[in-house]
Amino acid sequence: MRALTIAVLAAALAACSSTPDQEQSPAGVEERKPGAGPGAQTQPVKPGSVARVDLTSRPSDASPLKDPGSILSRRSIFYDYDKFDVKDQYRELVEAHARYLRENPRAKMLIQGNTDERGSREYNVGLGQRRSDGVKRMLLLLGAKEEQIESVSLGEEKPRSEGHEESAWSQNRRSDMLYQGEY
Amino acid sequence: MRTLLAAIAFLLAAAAPAASAQLSIEITGAGAQRIPIAIVPFPGEGALPPSITAIVRADLDRSGLFRTLEVPPLAPAPTEASTVNHAEWRARLADALVLGSVAARQDGRFEVRFKLFDTVKGADLSGVAYTLSRAQVRATAHRIADFIYEKLTGVKGVFSTRIAYVVKRGPRYELQIADADGAGEETALASFEPIISPAWSPDGRRLAYVSFENKKPVVYVHSLIDGKRQVAANFKGSNSAPAWAPDGSRLAVSLSREGGSQLFLVNPDGGNLRRLTSSSAIDTEPVFSPDGQTIYFTSDRGGSPQIYRMPAAGGEAQRVTFEGSYNVSPRLSPDGRSLAYVARHGGRFQAAVLDLATRQVQVLTDSDRDESPSFAPNGRMILLATVIGGRGVLSAVSADGRVKQRLTISAGDVREPAWGPYIQ
Repeated sequence: MRALTIAVLAAALAACSSTPDQEQSPAGVEERKPGAGPGAQTQPVKPGSVARVDLTSRPSDASPLKDPGSILSRRSIFYDYDKFDVKDQYRELVEAHARYLRENPRAKMLIQGNTDERGSREYNVGLGQRRSDGVKRMLLLLGAKEEQIESVSLGEEKPRSEGHEESAWSQNRRSDMLYQGEY
Repeated sequence: MRTLLAAIAFLLAAAAPAASAQLSIEITGAGAQRIPIAIVPFPGEGALPPSITAIVRADLDRSGLFRTLEVPPLAPAPTEASTVNHAEWRARLADALVLGSVAARQDGRFEVRFKLFDTVKGADLSGVAYTLSRAQVRATAHRIADFIYEKLTGVKGVFSTRIAYVVKRGPRYELQIADADGAGEETALASFEPIISPAWSPDGRRLAYVSFENKKPVVYVHSLIDGKRQVAANFKGSNSAPAWAPDGSRLAVSLSREGGSQLFLVNPDGGNLRRLTSSSAIDTEPVFSPDGQTIYFTSDRGGSPQIYRMPAAGGEAQRVTFEGSYNVSPRLSPDGRSLAYVARHGGRFQAAVLDLATRQVQVLTDSDRDESPSFAPNGRMILLATVIGGRGVLSAVSADGRVKQRLTISAGDVREPAWGPYIQ
């Protein structure tokens, strides 16, 4: 049942995020086996009959969000110039975060959309918002709840790279997924 | 020797305002026809530094409409009460002449009196007397320059107005207010997060702006006199691009609370929210027409960002710009007849003015990173941000593109300028 739900969500997602003006085969989505992908391995272990209370480590240390070996430690999605669709290479990342949000209903996420420095600052706030809204929409289709996610834009105001050429701009066209306590 | 002394005195006087100003101004172009005017140093003004007449001269020169003449020291120094030999001043190539004096009063304040003469007509164009404290020298000099400017051009002067802009120094952002000549800057807000889009309230007492101090854009209204800040829009998502209605009662903003970036009206205290546009596009950068009836804004509803207009009460939007694939940041002239905006031409972003009646477009600069144009309250100059040598600077261009000034700041990037209204 659960696998079916995910399959339906993935199909809905594919329908939603494919941009008509791009040559992009929808086959990429069908190839994935929901529940068996690499993202699935990062699911927290199900509790047994004895609930373990561990005071020796702080919860944040154990969180897969901080574990460099976990896909959940990755937070950034990069975009092509003037594009807003989440490229295929980030689908797995978004799916993993959607799963985390589903399994941790109290978790809250802020998605900050960013643009490169070219053009009007205010219009760039709009463009960054379109990017973060796109990520949010994917997460919702994959089962995260509206009240868990806020999508905002930083426009061109917080560049990761300060340069004035494409190598810097490509770092700055970005959505960052931050969990509560991280911003 | 006499001319050398005069030259030194002139240089000292001319250097005085620049030395005390953080923003320094460089004039890179001037109007074709400038009125030659002689401003004789006011006897007694030495007690009241910096020199009033030096500030008046700098103001008039900067406008691009005047050429101030070097005046040799005269003995006895003439004052507003002196008899004027118009032929003599015409021979010095002056079409206009300003004489005045400064006197200390019993109460510790000062009185400045001056008179403006039309030497071509041989006429006395009247004068004014102001009482001032030591702290009011600059303000008084700007008022004198405004008086002269209006008498001789028929247009109200803007030397007494103020500008707002944002300075970035390292990780620090400062929202600053300065006189229109860049002097007397004061910091209204300092933050470690970006500040953008300052917008003056019509009475010049408050600024609306966007601050990222909460890790997202939030619109604040900031009272300049007491530093009190009010949240005007902090809804879920992004809150941005504030613009004041001409009566100061409402702000137009761009909000993402209902998805996308859409225009809303809201009271300056955050109340009475009303949605204005319903599109699947980015609708942002609203600005009211001077009569308050129309809102101009940027939208990419047609596929590329262009400027549109719609009734301020809501309704159908009409496209305003058609040339090119990127036209943003609209600003109406105070008479509502022309529109300043930023257009992209082959990867370069340049300020342009569109005559709304004739649909004629004039590109104002030859720079490639112009942003945020705003009109002076008399409509004669447009203040904008640009980038020169990798650093943000402010630039002022006359609405006909002829006069250009550059305002740079010693250490830091300057951006997001907004020219304030007339001070009531």
